[in-house]
Amino acid sequence: MRYAEAGYNLEIDLSRGSIDRVESDLKLTEQHLGGQGINAKIIWDRVPPDVEPFSPDNLLIFSTGLLHGTPVVGANRTAVNTISPQTNLFAHSLMGGYFGPELKHAGYDRIIIRGKAPDLVYLWIHNDKVEIRDATHLRGKGATETAAIIKKELKEPKAQVAAIGLAGENRVYTASIEHNWSSAARGPGPVMGDKRLKAIVVRGTKDINIAKPAELFELYLRMNKEIHDSDGNGDWMAVDEDDSFHHNHFAWGNARTRRKDFWNKELEKRWYHLKYDHMDRQMGCYNCPKKCINVISYPGGKRFGYKCFGKDTYHMAAFKELDFSYEILGVAQEYGLDSYSTPQVIAFAIELYEAGILTDKDLPGFPSDSGERSFYLLEKIVRREGIGDKLANGVYWAARQIGNGAEAYDHNTTKKFEQVPIKLGKVNPPYFLMIATGEKMNITQIEGSFPQDPLPTREEREEFCSKWEAVPDEKFKQWFLNWEKRSDVTNEMSCAITDWNEAMHYVDDSVGLCGFLSSFRGQFGGGVAYHMNNIPQIISLAAGLELDKDGLWEIFQRNRNLVRAINVRRGMRRADEKPPEDHWAVRDHEMEQKLLDDYYDFKGWTKDGIPTKETLDKLGLDCVGEDLIKRGILTGHEGTPSQEIVAAKDENAKAGGC
Amino acid sequence: MKGELEKKKVRSIKVNLDKCNGCRACEIACSSYHAKPRYSSINPARSRIQVVMDPLNDEYVPIRACDYSKAGCDGRRTYTINNKEYSECSFCGTVCPTRDLFKEPDSGLPLKCDMCEDEKVPLCVQACPAGVLVYEETEEEDEVIKPTEMEIGLKSLIDKYGSQKVADTFARLSKKG
Repeated sequence: MRYAEAGYNLEIDLSRGSIDRVESDLKLTEQHLGGQGINAKIIWDRVPPDVEPFSPDNLLIFSTGLLHGTPVVGANRTAVNTISPQTNLFAHSLMGGYFGPELKHAGYDRIIIRGKAPDLVYLWIHNDKVEIRDATHLRGKGATETAAIIKKELKEPKAQVAAIGLAGENRVYTASIEHNWSSAARGPGPVMGDKRLKAIVVRGTKDINIAKPAELFELYLRMNKEIHDSDGNGDWMAVDEDDSFHHNHFAWGNARTRRKDFWNKELEKRWYHLKYDHMDRQMGCYNCPKKCINVISYPGGKRFGYKCFGKDTYHMAAFKELDFSYEILGVAQEYGLDSYSTPQVIAFAIELYEAGILTDKDLPGFPSDSGERSFYLLEKIVRREGIGDKLANGVYWAARQIGNGAEAYDHNTTKKFEQVPIKLGKVNPPYFLMIATGEKMNITQIEGSFPQDPLPTREEREEFCSKWEAVPDEKFKQWFLNWEKRSDVTNEMSCAITDWNEAMHYVDDSVGLCGFLSSFRGQFGGGVAYHMNNIPQIISLAAGLELDKDGLWEIFQRNRNLVRAINVRRGMRRADEKPPEDHWAVRDHEMEQKLLDDYYDFKGWTKDGIPTKETLDKLGLDCVGEDLIKRGILTGHEGTPSQEIVAAKDENAKAGGC
Repeated sequence: MKGELEKKKVRSIKVNLDKCNGCRACEIACSSYHAKPRYSSINPARSRIQVVMDPLNDEYVPIRACDYSKAGCDGRRTYTINNKEYSECSFCGTVCPTRDLFKEPDSGLPLKCDMCEDEKVPLCVQACPAGVLVYEETEEEDEVIKPTEMEIGLKSLIDKYGSQKVADTFARLSKKG
C-alpha cells in the first residue's frame, strides 16, 4: 500500500486527446519526495533543451505535494512546473487553496500535460473518469467566472477549478493560473493558454492512507491549535494595518522612487476603513487555521482575494492609494494576471511614454491619469493589442522589442524576470547570493529562514536563540548572537544562510507545505511550525519514508541540483547570476565575485555555476552528469572554483612554475 | 395515556458561520476518526460534517449529517443574506436523494453524525481552533411514553402485516368471542 500518495500519475496528451493513468515509481518519491522535486525529474527526463516553451513537447505539470491529503496542517500548495516562455528556464510556480488535495483524493499525484488541443478545452477529472471537454463557450471568460460556469454545468459544486483568463489564452507572459483566491504565477499561465487548456476541474472522493495514523493524528490536533494561536506563523500583513514596511521601503513606479515618509496614521485609519468596510472575510487554504487572504467585495467589481504584498503592487506602480488596487485587483484576477510582475510592466510602459520612447502613435488616446493609464495598458496587454503585444512579453523582452533606448528602462529584472521593486543602499551579501543564484525568480521564494536583520541588543538575541527551534545547525545561533550590523556578514555565513533559506523552500515545494508556516516565515520571529528538525519525522508518520535531517537535506540538494542542471542545459551560466545593477546604490564588484566563487564552492559547482560531476554523482544524479558531459557542458574533470585554484597550483608546480 | 418525564442529555454543535475560514479541518478530522482502523485514512467525502462552500460567493456553511429521508423535500428556496445567495439546502443536514451530500462515496449509503460517541467532544469541534464549531451539552426533560408489552407485540405485527390486516384479524377474532 502507498502511504500519503495516490500512487498514480495522469498523463494527458492534448494533441492526440489521450488520457492514461500510469502507476508512479515509489523510488522517485524516496529520491525527490514529490511536488516540484518529482516535476523537475520528469522535466529533466522528458523535456530536452531544444524544446521551445511553446512547443507541444513542453510539459505542463500540476503536482500535489507528498503531504497533501494527509492531516499535516498547511500542506496544500500545488506545484505547477513547465519551461517558461519568459525566461526559457524551469518555471517555479505554486498555488494555495484546495486543488492539490482534491487531485490526490481523485487518485492522482500529478497531471502531466503535453501537446496542444486543436481548440479551447477543459479537463474534467472525477476519480477514475477523466474527460477532455470542449471549452469554446468559455473563450474570453474571466478566471473565476469560468470556474462558476463549469461547476454549474457539471452540477459539481464541490469540484475544484484552476483556470486561466484572457491573459493566459493570449499567452501573456505574466499570466497566472487562478484557483479561488490563489494563483500560480511565473510561467505556467501562458503555457496553459498555448496548450489551449482553459481549465482543469477536479473532484476526488478516494481515501489517502496514513502510515502511522494515531501518532500523526495526535500531532495534527496539537499543531493545528498551536499554529492557530501562534504569531510566528501565517501572514501577519493580513491583519496588521500598519503597512509602512512596503510603502516606505519598497520602490514606487517603475521600481524607481522611494517615499520614505509616505506612511502616516491618518492614511492608516482611512485604509483601515476602506478595507473593513468592503471585506467579506479573512480566509485560509485547505487544512490551515490561518487567515492570510483578505476577501474583498468592491462596488462595481468582482469579489477578489489578496494576500501579502499583492495588495500594494498595483497602486505603488501607479503612485496611487489602496482604493486603486481595489479597483484593479478584481479586474486583473478575472484576466488571470500575476500581481507582482504585471504592475511593473505597466509602470515600465508609462515611464517609456514619459521619456518619449513610446509615443501617442504607440498609445493612441493615452490618458493622463496614472490610474487610467494602468487600466488602458492592462487592456492592451491582455488582448496583445498594438503595443500590448510587446508589453505582454514582460519588461525584458518588451524593452528589446521596442528598442530605441527602451533597454535602459529594464533595470529591475534578473534572468529576464521582474524582481520585487526593492532599491537599497549597501550591498547585503546573503541577499546578493539569493537574488543572483536563485532560480525561483522571486526573492520571496528564496529568502526566509535566517532573520533579515540583527536584533539590537545581545539580550534580545539570546532570547531569540533560546526559542529558536528551527535552526538546522548550532552555528546559525552563534552567528546570530554575534551579528550586529546588517551588512556585516562573512562569506562563510552568507553561503550557509543562503543554502539554509533555499533548502526550506525546496523542501516545502516538494512536500506541499506553505511558506507562511515554514520556509518564508522563519525570518520574521523564528517561531515557524515546520523546519528541518521536525519535517523528517512528519514525513515518516504520514508517508512511511524513514528519513532524518541529513536524509532530508540530501533530497533538497538533489532537487536543487536537478533544477540547476535543467537550467544549465538550457544555457544559464554565471553571467546570468546578477541582481539588478541598481538593487543597491553601493556595489563592490570584487567582493561580490569572490562571494559567488565561494558559494559555487560551497554548493559543489564549477566556476561557471554548473554542478560538478562529483557533486551530481554524490547525489545519485550520475545520469545528469553524463548528459551534461555528452552535451559538452561539462568535461567531467572540472572542480569547484577553489579546487581549480589548487589544481592549477599543482600543475604549475609540476611544470616548474614560472 | 400519560408518559413519564425523563432527563435526557442533548449533545449538539453550534455553528458560527462568520468565523469559518474554509479550512475544512472538520471534514479531515471526522473522516479520519471514522476510518477503519481509526485515523488510518483521510477522505473528506466520507465526513459526516461538510462545509457547504462556494468561495466565489463567500459562502461557508459547515453542516452535520442527520436523518435519512427517502424523498427529497420541496425546499428549493433561495435566501439572500448579506448580499450572498444561499440555497435552502445549504443549511439542511438531512441525507436525501436529491443531492450527493453525506453519502458514502463507494456504496452511496447515507452517513450520519454520531457526535463521535467515544469522545467527550466531537473531533470536528476539537479540530476547529477558530471556534466556528462550539460543542454544547444541555439537559432536557422529555415526556417519554413507555410502551407496554402488548403494544410492542402489536407494533411488530403491524410492521409485518400492515395495520389494515391486523385490524381485520382483530375484528374477526373479536366477533368469534
